Amino acid sequence: MSEVAIVGIGMHNFGRSPRLSGLDQGANAVREALRDAGLAWKDIQVAYGGSQDAGNADALCNQLGLTSLQFTNIWNGCATGGSSLSAAYNAIKSGSADVAMAVGFDKHEPGAFNADPKDWGLDEWYGEAGLMVTTQFFAMKIQRYMVEHGITDDTLIKVAQKAFYNGSLNPRAWRRQALSYDDIANSMMVSHPLRKYQFCSPAEGGAAIILCNANIAKRYTSKPVYLKAAVVRTRAYGSFEVYSPCQAKERGDAPSVKASQDAFELAGVGPKDFDVLQLQDTESGAEVMHMAENGFCEHGEQEHLIQSGATAINGSMPINTDGGCLANGEPVGASGLRQVFEVCLQLRGQAGDHQVQGKPKLGYTHVYGAPGLSGVTVLEV
Amino acid sequence: MSEQTPLGNGLFSWPSDSPSLLGSRCETCGEHFFPVQKGCANCSSTDLFTVELGNKGTLWTWTIQGYMPKSPYNSDETPETFTPFGVGYVEMPSGVKVEARLKENTPESLSIGMPMELVIEPLRTDKQGNQIMNFAFQAIK
Repeated sequence: MSEVAIVGIGMHNFGRSPRLSGLDQGANAVREALRDAGLAWKDIQVAYGGSQDAGNADALCNQLGLTSLQFTNIWNGCATGGSSLSAAYNAIKSGSADVAMAVGFDKHEPGAFNADPKDWGLDEWYGEAGLMVTTQFFAMKIQRYMVEHGITDDTLIKVAQKAFYNGSLNPRAWRRQALSYDDIANSMMVSHPLRKYQFCSPAEGGAAIILCNANIAKRYTSKPVYLKAAVVRTRAYGSFEVYSPCQAKERGDAPSVKASQDAFELAGVGPKDFDVLQLQDTESGAEVMHMAENGFCEHGEQEHLIQSGATAINGSMPINTDGGCLANGEPVGASGLRQVFEVCLQLRGQAGDHQVQGKPKLGYTHVYGAPGLSGVTVLEV
Repeated sequence: MSEQTPLGNGLFSWPSDSPSLLGSRCETCGEHFFPVQKGCANCSSTDLFTVELGNKGTLWTWTIQGYMPKSPYNSDETPETFTPFGVGYVEMPSGVKVEARLKENTPESLSIGMPMELVIEPLRTDKQGNQIMNFAFQAIK
């Protein structure tokens, strides 16, 4: 089996680009990744990509060039980017391609998502009754988690405060203004216990990652980042998931539990080995719960870890160093690849003001998407 | 003559003097589901039978929908008349937890573990004047 290296990363900054379509933003990300790797579009042998709301990724070829490459569209909720990367990783690993690309982009309307129940195997009543709302799920999951594991409202506010502070250090973030504790605590309650500034916003943007067989990585870059694992796992029975009219009697493991365990095994590493983490922070409670679901602490330990500053850029377990979804917004198709972009910057030592000190060697990314799947990666230099 | 029509099929017994939520029980593994399902998410069996899930339970988790959802939300409300509503999962006697709107809509009136009862209430009135009926839970006083 071939080893896999990342040799090119590109992003069209997340936020709002009124003059550009989602596809345009995806194409910009691809061009930046190609420049980063010193490759031309015709060099890409296989590509996987997707958006939720901005069209088929294959249409990118119309402006990037019709080169006969194999291009597969991916549509996997918020885990679209992670799923595209996993497919590209497997294409290299299997030996079927030497150079591959994963690309994601999106362009969402402002305001909360309004999914169609039919797209998710649900009947119309679920949406008509006002239950097809992702913010409700996130609020209800953390509401119970706070009681079961002693997480405080204060900690959830501090997670958001950290995200916007990190965003203020990142020239490519959408939200670049640090918010005070009171700004967050006094913002509108959207879905109790979570307020406006504790939720990420649907946004626009694009991200692209170029991978190759590790044997040839040095042709393209002096600093390859090795992709040691790229794993996607869907929910197990009993896991508490979004868009679920009912929940099983017994609680099962979240998809992130299985995805992280399988990724650690594939990469031959453990959760204590990592220097920098990107964990899906759709809202501030998600970051807290995903710390434990991915094995980086026990359930309940987050309270102390966050309060003591362990998850800050200069802490022992830096999380969402680029500001995460909270400061970058969420163009669904691109979001998971933004995390990989950020970890590559960190491992290359190119993250500037938001650089984790001490030359991080091992990084982790994690996206979670509807209706209950997780995509994770292990990255190493 | 106006009628009261359920919002969907297989959700609750209606019309009824003492309505119950409907669901499926898997004959193979014994798991319960809401609403009525075609296949078992636990054991893959198709040996499912429609059962009554009951009309009382306890609150497993909750939130409050503070803003009016976009379409496909379909009530008679406008952004001006919208009233925040509670949303929760209610654990039924069989152990299955059912997601539902809650009549209570303030943090002070909701807590995990509180006993809840089913109510059937109008969600909207259609063009013919029929009331479209939805299920919800409220605290047992």
